[in-house]
Order: sequence, then C-alpha cells, then structure tokens
Amino acid sequence: MISSIRNGTPREQGARVSHVPVSVPQEEAAKISIRNLTKTFLTRDRIFTAVDDISLEIQAGTFFMIVGPSGCGKTTLLRIVAGLEKHTSGSVEVVHSHPGCPGNSMVFQGDSIFPWMTVWDNAAYGLKMRNVPKRQIRETVGHYLDRTGLTKFANAYPHQLSGGMKQRVSIARAFANDPEVLLMDEPFSALDEQNKTLLQEELLRIWDETKKTVLFITHSVDEAVTLGDKIMVMTAHPGRTKAIVDVPFARPRSVLELRATPQYGELVYKIWGYLREEVQHAKADAEGNA
Amino acid sequence: MTRISWLERARVTMSWGLSRERLWSMSAARRDRLIGIVSPVLLLFLWEGAARQGLIDTRFFPAPSTILRTLGRLMESGELWEHGWASLQRLFWGFLVGGIPALVLGIVMGLYRPLRAAVDPLIAATYPIPKSAILPLMLLIFGLGEASKIVMVAIGVFYPICINAVAGVLEINKIYLDVGKNFGASRWQTFRTIALPGALPFIMSGVKLGVGMGLILIAIAEMIGAKSGLGYMIWNAWEILAVETMYVGLIMIALIGYLFSLALNEMERWIIPWKAER
Repeated sequence: MISSIRNGTPREQGARVSHVPVSVPQEEAAKISIRNLTKTFLTRDRIFTAVDDISLEIQAGTFFMIVGPSGCGKTTLLRIVAGLEKHTSGSVEVVHSHPGCPGNSMVFQGDSIFPWMTVWDNAAYGLKMRNVPKRQIRETVGHYLDRTGLTKFANAYPHQLSGGMKQRVSIARAFANDPEVLLMDEPFSALDEQNKTLLQEELLRIWDETKKTVLFITHSVDEAVTLGDKIMVMTAHPGRTKAIVDVPFARPRSVLELRATPQYGELVYKIWGYLREEVQHAKADAEGNA
Repeated sequence: MTRISWLERARVTMSWGLSRERLWSMSAARRDRLIGIVSPVLLLFLWEGAARQGLIDTRFFPAPSTILRTLGRLMESGELWEHGWASLQRLFWGFLVGGIPALVLGIVMGLYRPLRAAVDPLIAATYPIPKSAILPLMLLIFGLGEASKIVMVAIGVFYPICINAVAGVLEINKIYLDVGKNFGASRWQTFRTIALPGALPFIMSGVKLGVGMGLILIAIAEMIGAKSGLGYMIWNAWEILAVETMYVGLIMIALIGYLFSLALNEMERWIIPWKAER
C-alpha cells in the first residue's frame, strides 16, 4: 500500500499547476500532454499513491489505450484528465484547436445515462448544456443516434433498454458533444462478450468518421489491441508507466478479421508479458492486505 | 396434414390455457375489488340497523341515513361549500408557502454538504415538536386571520417535503453528478436536469405525507380562532351538539384526503414516466 514517493513529497511540489504554453509547432503538437502527474490520497495515517509521476504525450487523432490491472490508478488518471478529480502535482494539458468546443467528454463505466430523460434528451445533454441552437442539436443528435442504431428508440426511457443499448446512448452523447478529446472509462466492461464485440466494431466505425483523439481505459488486453493505435501498460500501485507499445494494424479495422491474424495474437502475447508481473503484484498486494 | 392439425391444436390449447389463466387472475382481482366495496357497505348497513334498533346510542353514533340527510341539508344551504372552500384555499396557500421553499432548500441541502451540515441539526431538533403545539405561538405572531392557518399548513408540509428532498438528492447515483460536471452543467442546470428530476420520486412521497399533515393541521388550526373551514364546522357542531354536522365535517376531510391522494398518484405517473411501471 505504501509507495515510495520520488522527487520529494507531493506537497512540496505544489498542487497548483501552471499551464505551460505549447511551443512545439502545430503539426507535432501533442493533443494531450501529461507531465509528471502524481495523485496521492491520504488514508488515515498513510499516503496512498494512485498515480505516480506519469508523463505522456498523445498526438492529435490517436486512439490511445491504457491497460493495467484493476486498482492500478488508470481510472484516477482518466478522471484527472476529465477534470473530475484534482491531481497532487504535475500538469495535464489538452490543446484546444476548435474554439467553442468542450475540452473533453467522457463515456463512463456502467450506467451513466439519466433514467429520467429519453434517449434523445440524453444524447443531446452536452449540447443543451452549452445552449447550442436547436436546429444544430437536431442534426447532430439525429446523426449519432442513427450511427448507433438508436433512431427507433429516441423516445424510449433507459429502463426500457438493454445494457448494450444504454452504452450506445452514452457513446452517442459523448460524440454528439463534439469535444476536443474523448475519454472512455472501461465503457464495455459490464457487457457480455458478443455485445462487447459489436460495440467495439460500432465504436471504430463512428470514430473513423471523426478521428478524434481518444483516451481509452481498459483492463482487457484484447480490447486494447483491437481498438488502439498506442497502448500504455500501467503498473499496479503505484500506477506508473510500464511500457508504451505501438499497434501497427491498419484502419479501418474489422474486429473479427483482425483477431484472426497471427500478428494480433503476437501483440496480445507481448502485452500480456508486461502485464503478467503486474497482475501478480496486484494480487500479492491484495492478499497481503487481506 | 396431421402434423399441421397437431400444431394447430397445440397452439389453440396454449392460447386457451393462457386466456384461462388470465381470466382466473382477473377474477381474483375483481373479487378483491368486490370485497373492498362490499365490506364498508355492509358495515354501514349494520350501523344503520343498530341505530334504528336502538342498540347504539344515536346521540354519539347517529344513523348513516340521518348523517346523509344533514349532508344534503348543508349542501343545499351552501354552508358545506363555504367551509370546504375556506379549508381548501388555506391548504392550497399553505402548500405553496411551505412546499416550494422546502423543495428548494431540500435539494440545495442535498447538493451542498456544508449547508446540510448547518441546517440538518435545526431540522432534526424542530421536527419532533408536535406541530399542533406551535399553534398558540402562531396565533400570537400571525393573529387570528388567514395567515396563522396558512402558516400552520406550511409548517406541516415543509418538513416531509424538505426531508424527502434531501434524501432524494443523496440517493442520486454520484455518477450522474459526474456526468453533469463533465458535460459542463452550470449550478442551475445541475439543479434542473439532475437533482430535481432525480429526487422527484422521493419528493412525491414527501408531498403525499405533506397532504396528510396539512389536513391534520388545518383541522386543528380552524378549531381555534376561526369563523370558517371544516375544522371550525366540526368544532362549532360540538358546541351546539349537532353531532350529524360533526360527522359531515369528518366525511368531508376524509374525502378531500382521498381525492388528493388519487390526484397525486395520477400526477406521479405524469411527471415520473421514467420509473418502471409499478
């Protein structure tokens, strides 16, 4: 549980982050720059480090995957990028290239669509909060409901939908909001295998239209290799960067065809190699705590 | 040929079985409804019979037929409408004056922890005071006019709605607040699109409790220092020993409560369409 804190205690480094202007030319500029990001929690008498000194540059248009054992701090990292949690030290920066667009939109893990709104109102949520003109809302929401196969269900309430359908609404909501960066927190983890594959296919198809920068958290190596351009493997607590792996597969991809290739298996095997130690680490830690 | 007829027969048998089952369950429901109607009617008949036979003291328990006659008389003279209308108006204003601040305060308390920490003890300390015990104080402050009655209803309505609104907001899954934050909802938008609709099922139970509380308090408040209203009618009937009138007042209050609960159930279906059918 206790982790060594390098570079002095987080408090000394200062929790307030100055936003450094990017001096790199636009083409090479990273869309998301994470520098020396650390997040510690105080638990009774200990300091628990969830994210430990992670630095990361994600280029515009990259589908970036973070894979790691459960409890490795990957969700914390994503929530910090989303602005839902404050970090202890370091900096996170998302470059805004379209004025008026929101910085990020998140597809949450589990049920996150409002039960009291229809599918349509859920998908339009971000646009409505920004007071986007009605006509534009109609067009954008209509488009993404069509892309996610939800047009027929526009007036349905979430309790009438299956788990897969609800997650489609969540995806439509994030895409319709037209953010600089899409954040996805294990969006398919609660789905069964068949639904998961279907939704991965659909996500890739929708993503191909916009090629937005995506930061996608998962504990599934298969999912990481299937969807990503780059995969960062995270260590178990404290969460650090273990390795960053390029995914060489061409796009557009078909999930099932991709999985039938030997290169796919090799890459999965390679990433499992990095991950195995960490999973065992995490397991030993959990048993030690029990 | 034989195969088709076999299938056909199976289908017919199945649908027949289904409809028979449906019929049975429907008749059970109908039977319950029938019992629900018959038992009070039976009680009324027993009451009527016992009163006519002199088995019960008609000074305290006048026969239902005489109560009904009194009801007719009071309706004709317009007295009943006058008193009923006075009570309804006080209930309405009391609900508005107590309910709306309770709703807003409850939701804001649910959203902001410091406010909750500050106000919760006040509510916990004042809630157990019997509201009827505050009546003399209210008469002192607001006088014998309409204001004291409206305030009494407002106080009664305030607590259940406020307490339920706080509980309702706290029951909302935190993920929805995260969604609001992530999609840039302002404070007002968070209130309007997440806290209020999310807490609505709880708030509606608070409103139902509030109606009951309001009826109790309006009756009590009108018994003292009022010249109109159903509570006054009942109290006045005691003073002039018009027992039948007293019963008419009780029936009217029961009727108002019943109609309110019917209306609220209907309203609930309208404003909370997203709850799975119960």
